[in-house]
Amino acid sequence: MHEMSLAEGIRQIVEDAGRSQGFGRVKLVVLEIGQLSSVEPESLRFCFDVVMKDSIADGAQLQIDPVPGSGWCMQCAESVPISVLYDPCPKCGSYQVQATGGTEMRVKELEIE
Amino acid sequence: MCNVCGCGAGETRIEGEAVDHEQEHEHVHADGTVHRHSHGAASHQWVPVAAGHAHRHAPDGEHVHEHADGSLHYGHGPAGAHAPGMSQAQMVKIEQNILAKNDGLAERNRGWLADRGILALNLVSSPGSGKTTLLVRTIESLKGRVPVAVVEGDQQTSFDAERIRATGAPALQINTGKGCHLDAHMVGRALEKLAPADDSVLLIENVGNLVCPAAFDLGEAAKVVVLSVTEGEDKPLKYPDMFAAASLMLVNKTDLLPYLNFPMDRAIEYALRVNPTLQVIQVSATTGAGFDAWLGWIDARLAEAMAARTR
Repeated sequence: MHEMSLAEGIRQIVEDAGRSQGFGRVKLVVLEIGQLSSVEPESLRFCFDVVMKDSIADGAQLQIDPVPGSGWCMQCAESVPISVLYDPCPKCGSYQVQATGGTEMRVKELEIE
Repeated sequence: MCNVCGCGAGETRIEGEAVDHEQEHEHVHADGTVHRHSHGAASHQWVPVAAGHAHRHAPDGEHVHEHADGSLHYGHGPAGAHAPGMSQAQMVKIEQNILAKNDGLAERNRGWLADRGILALNLVSSPGSGKTTLLVRTIESLKGRVPVAVVEGDQQTSFDAERIRATGAPALQINTGKGCHLDAHMVGRALEKLAPADDSVLLIENVGNLVCPAAFDLGEAAKVVVLSVTEGEDKPLKYPDMFAAASLMLVNKTDLLPYLNFPMDRAIEYALRVNPTLQVIQVSATTGAGFDAWLGWIDARLAEAMAARTR
């Protein structure tokens, strides 16, 4: 979707952290991107390099840690793995599955110099 | 936030007036062209880089596997091989949501609305689903009973706000310029300008787009997704994020069903696959069919908002 906006959000978070924690150079940015989030990792990777120019993370590597999707199956009353929002429950086949995990888009950590 | 280049500010206009601008800055595109612009009164043009860029392998040899199921797998590039602690470098924990800034502003809007007992609904759909017609009929149906104010989001023109104002309801147009969705900052500014009454309904008509508005919380009580029967019944599966984010689906233009091959049951079934707790109401903004149920849904939520009012 709007990966440029997301990349800008990452830049803001990185720059804010640099200011508040007093570091000036970021070598690696580690993200957690859920399988059920609306992020296209490849597009985000492209935008990341462009948006980070002239920031403290200019030229930084981007590591995207995927987080598997999970949902609550109302029939089985338990948490089950799903890979897309409309997946059925792998145990009972019901579509009564509400996404509960794997929707995150987070900056997890930074490697600094 | 400029939602095209993502650079903090953009061409967003509220009733023709520019929204806050940030300092001049520079982008360097993948092809090496430098693109400098300011966000002053002069608008800027987003110049796309060479076609096909988004799917090219990076020059540093990083690479992407495509699986038979169409999914892409990363993590075999240099970043994937990264081992913290190998050098002088140190890791700093951040643990922050990428959309934290928007979410923070959305929470502020939500608090502002809750203090005043205002029910805010974020209406989302593809372009042409009949959102504005639906709003006009909704406002007319509530007239004299519940005050309604409207925030209209479109890339350009104030046509929609003018249609709403013709009903007598206050309306504010936000033009997102090249942007594809409303964000919480734009809506916060709109709330200040529009100053909706206590114990009222605020209807936010988002930019016609079934993709991006799903991720941007505006501070609303609920997202209402409008699916018209002239669209395919498989829309909920093709654009699942929006149907997952919504609390209510209005299936609009039901007056056209006799002329179309639209399997209503299947459309609803698909939407419930994506979001089992989604409520569904079938309506026609042209004939008013189904409006009793829709207005009843609004009334129930407005009563909750009014009961929770703090001032």
